[in-house]
Amino acid sequence: MKKIWELFITFAKIGTFTFGGGYAMLSLLQKEVVENHKWATEEELLDYYAIAQCTPGVIAVNTATFVGAKRSGILGGICATLGVLFPSVIIITIIAAFINHFLEYEIVQHILGGIRVAVAVLIINSVITMSKKSMVDVICVIIAIVSFLLSLIFSLSPILIVLAAGALGLILKRGGSKK
Amino acid sequence: MILKTIALLAYEFFKTGLFSIGGGLATVPFLKEMAVRYPWFTLDMLSDMIAISESTPGPIGVNMATYAGFTAAYNAGGLIAGILGGIVATLALAAPSIAIILLLSGAYRKFKSNPLVMNAFYTIRPAVTGMIAAVAVTLIEAALLHDRFTFVWRDLAGLINIKALILFAVMIIAMNIKPLKKFHPIVFIVFAGICGAVFCI
Repeated sequence: MKKIWELFITFAKIGTFTFGGGYAMLSLLQKEVVENHKWATEEELLDYYAIAQCTPGVIAVNTATFVGAKRSGILGGICATLGVLFPSVIIITIIAAFINHFLEYEIVQHILGGIRVAVAVLIINSVITMSKKSMVDVICVIIAIVSFLLSLIFSLSPILIVLAAGALGLILKRGGSKK
Repeated sequence: MILKTIALLAYEFFKTGLFSIGGGLATVPFLKEMAVRYPWFTLDMLSDMIAISESTPGPIGVNMATYAGFTAAYNAGGLIAGILGGIVATLALAAPSIAIILLLSGAYRKFKSNPLVMNAFYTIRPAVTGMIAAVAVTLIEAALLHDRFTFVWRDLAGLINIKALILFAVMIIAMNIKPLKKFHPIVFIVFAGICGAVFCI
C-alpha cells in the first residue's frame, strides 16, 4: 500500500510542476523517477517516451502509467496516472469556476514569463543527460541530428520518426549485434 | 439533461483519448469538433481554454480535458455538475491510455532483452533525443522571444526579451555549478517564477 501511495504522491508532485506538455515534465521525471526513487533508468524513460509518442493519449499519462506499472503492476499504473491527473483537475476546476480572465492579470503573465525560462533551461539539461545515454556511437549521433532536423524544420510526425529509426536499427544491426 | 451531458462527455473524451496520437496538442482537433457539434463551448472559448491549459500546472492535454469537461457540464447544470464533468472528462481521456500502456508495459518487460527489440531501441533512443531537442528549441523560443506576430524586422533587439535572456543565462550557469545543479527542478521553477514576478519578465 505504501508503494502505491508513494507513486500517487510522486506523480502528483510531478503534475503540479509540469508547465506545458509531456516534454516539459522530463526533467522532473529524471529527478524523481530515475534519480530519487530509481523506479526506471534513463534509457527506459527514453523508451517510454518513444512508445508514448506512438500510442494514443497524452504523453504524460502514458509515461506515468508505464512507470507505475513497472513499479507495482496494474494498480501501480493506475495510481501513478491518477496522481499525475490530480493537480490538473484541482487547479483547472478552481480557475474555471472562480477566476475569470486568468491570463489577463499582469502578475500571472510575469510569473509565467519567468517559468517559461526555467522550463527551457531544464529541458536543455534533460537533452544533455539523454544524449549521454542514447548517443553511444557515431550512427546514433547522426540519427539524433537527422531526427532533430526532421522534427524541427519539417515537423515530421513523431510516429514516422520512431518507426523509421526502429527499422533502421533492425537493418543496421542485422545478423547479431557486435556488442 | 445534466446526466446526458456527462455521459456524452465520457463518450467524447474516451474517443479523444483513444484516437489522438502524439501528445496533448493532438487532442485539439477533437475538442474543435466538440465545440462545433455540441452546445458545450464556442470555438472562441476553446482557444482561451487552450491558452490557459498551456500556462497552468499540469500536462496540457489533461488540463484541456478538465477545462472543457467542466465548462460543458457547468453550462448544463451549475458548479457541482461542472466539477463532476471535469473529473469525468479527464478520467475518460486517460482510460484508453492506461489500458493500452498496461498491456504494452507487460510486453515491454518481456521483450526488452530480446535482441531484435534491443536493436530497434538502440536507434529509437537517439531519434527520440533528437525530437526532444527540437521541442527544446521551440520552448527556448517561447521563453526568450516576444510575440513573433507583432515583430518588425527593423526592430531586431525588440524581438528578444532581455530580462528573460538574463535569467536564462543565470540559470544556465547555476545548472553547471556543483552544489546548485543538484537542486530539484521544482526549486528552479519556483525561483524563475519569483524572478518573473519581481523583475516583470
